[in-house]
Amino acid sequence: MAHESYEDSKKLVFKGMWVLAAVTVVEVIISLFGKGYLGINPKHMGNVGGVNILLVLVALGLIVFSLYKAYYIVYKFMHMGHEAKGLRMTVLLPMLLLVWAIIAFFYEGSAWKNNREKVNLKNAIELNDLGKPIVEEIKEMN
Amino acid sequence: MSTDTVHDEVHAHDPHANTEDWSGGKPVFGASYGKLMMWYFLLSDAFTFAGFLIAYGTLRFSSPTWPVPDFVFSTTPFGGHGLPLIFVTFMSFLLIISSVTMVRAVQEGHRENKSGVVFWMILTIVGGAGFLGCQAWEWNNLIGTEHMSLTRNPFGTYTADGVYMTADGKNSTAEKDKFESGESYLIHKSHVGADDHGHGHHDGELTAEQKFLADANHMIEDQVKKGTIAMDAIPEVGINFPGFYLDNEGFIHRKFRTNDGVEGFQEYGPKAFGALFFFITGFHGFHVFSGVVFLIIIMLNSASGLYVKRKNGYEMVEKIGLYWHFVDLVWVFVFLVFYLL
Repeated sequence: MAHESYEDSKKLVFKGMWVLAAVTVVEVIISLFGKGYLGINPKHMGNVGGVNILLVLVALGLIVFSLYKAYYIVYKFMHMGHEAKGLRMTVLLPMLLLVWAIIAFFYEGSAWKNNREKVNLKNAIELNDLGKPIVEEIKEMN
Repeated sequence: MSTDTVHDEVHAHDPHANTEDWSGGKPVFGASYGKLMMWYFLLSDAFTFAGFLIAYGTLRFSSPTWPVPDFVFSTTPFGGHGLPLIFVTFMSFLLIISSVTMVRAVQEGHRENKSGVVFWMILTIVGGAGFLGCQAWEWNNLIGTEHMSLTRNPFGTYTADGVYMTADGKNSTAEKDKFESGESYLIHKSHVGADDHGHGHHDGELTAEQKFLADANHMIEDQVKKGTIAMDAIPEVGINFPGFYLDNEGFIHRKFRTNDGVEGFQEYGPKAFGALFFFITGFHGFHVFSGVVFLIIIMLNSASGLYVKRKNGYEMVEKIGLYWHFVDLVWVFVFLVFYLL
């Protein structure tokens, strides 16, 4: 705070409020667009090779805006920028561990899903061999 | 210097107020012990929250379907329906505003302005308490009105395009009874036998779903009057009706036909959703609650003049400020994964 005048820092705080509020509103609008609430449904558009580019962009946009809000809160409100470099590094660098945690766990989650589908398929075959009419129900489930 | 404060008497030999806890004569990273440890506490807390949110993501990735949050969170107080995300956006604004008033309190602390600190801290407390009130309403709505619990998620997702049946098992012709794969639905509980007739009166025209539920409840009521079923003794497998299926907890699962001609009925959504929602927003809400308690304590201490004597720029206010901004920071990510994505 030392190098800003009191009046300046007061202005900066209220500017921060408008920045965060505006980014939040933008996020909500992007999210509603992504779910098809704004008249156009992106589900039926932007499909390239089985991946909906539009929905990927919506998710990426939301994540980037949220990271920006996090940066804003930590640096402008918690004054991380005014702390010593050692403090900044010891608090922020461990966060990088989460990058791997996210990759590893989400990969694991997808594997569970694929296995579940395989199990359902296997169950259908076995029950078919026993001649039980449960096959129909499994078709309904999927 | 003055010897009229406790602080100066104890550390009369040391002109630097912030260095007393470190024998090296120089504070580590130029921050006091308390502030440094607050940063490291917040680091560890961030990992706790990250663990919760990554668990949410993992389970969501592992489920073939997931309820659309814009549909789940589209109810507001005072009877607002079909307003996706509006209420929770309002809750986000409350936290942002209370973060801003907290920064103002810290700034007034640096100027040793006691009344300024107390004024802005009171506004911060009001914002935090308002957020808790909103969360209490949201939980009450999910538990009491929509019957979500730790193990039951009445919000499901269609896996194919199709159309509902009417209560007597015919294909519905109402435009609103058609659905698309990926959209979400809410399974309603029959009000037959319940103490309150929650959905008692409707103003104006009934929607297709309200009309169906009214018909379904009439059919159930008829059976109860005839004595063929008892609401408190529905068999484990449930009861089959032409257009719906009544499970043993009294929930009405509508039947539908997909466009491929396959018959199906509304199934419960991923079970983990309720537990994840209540634990993660509950853990965050608990942080907000303890934050409000600490804010009140430190606000009272400021008002009593305790920190005037310390002459360290209201450092306690700065420390609770760090904690409070962190609560706002976590909400940014809870908001992202639960409501936006």
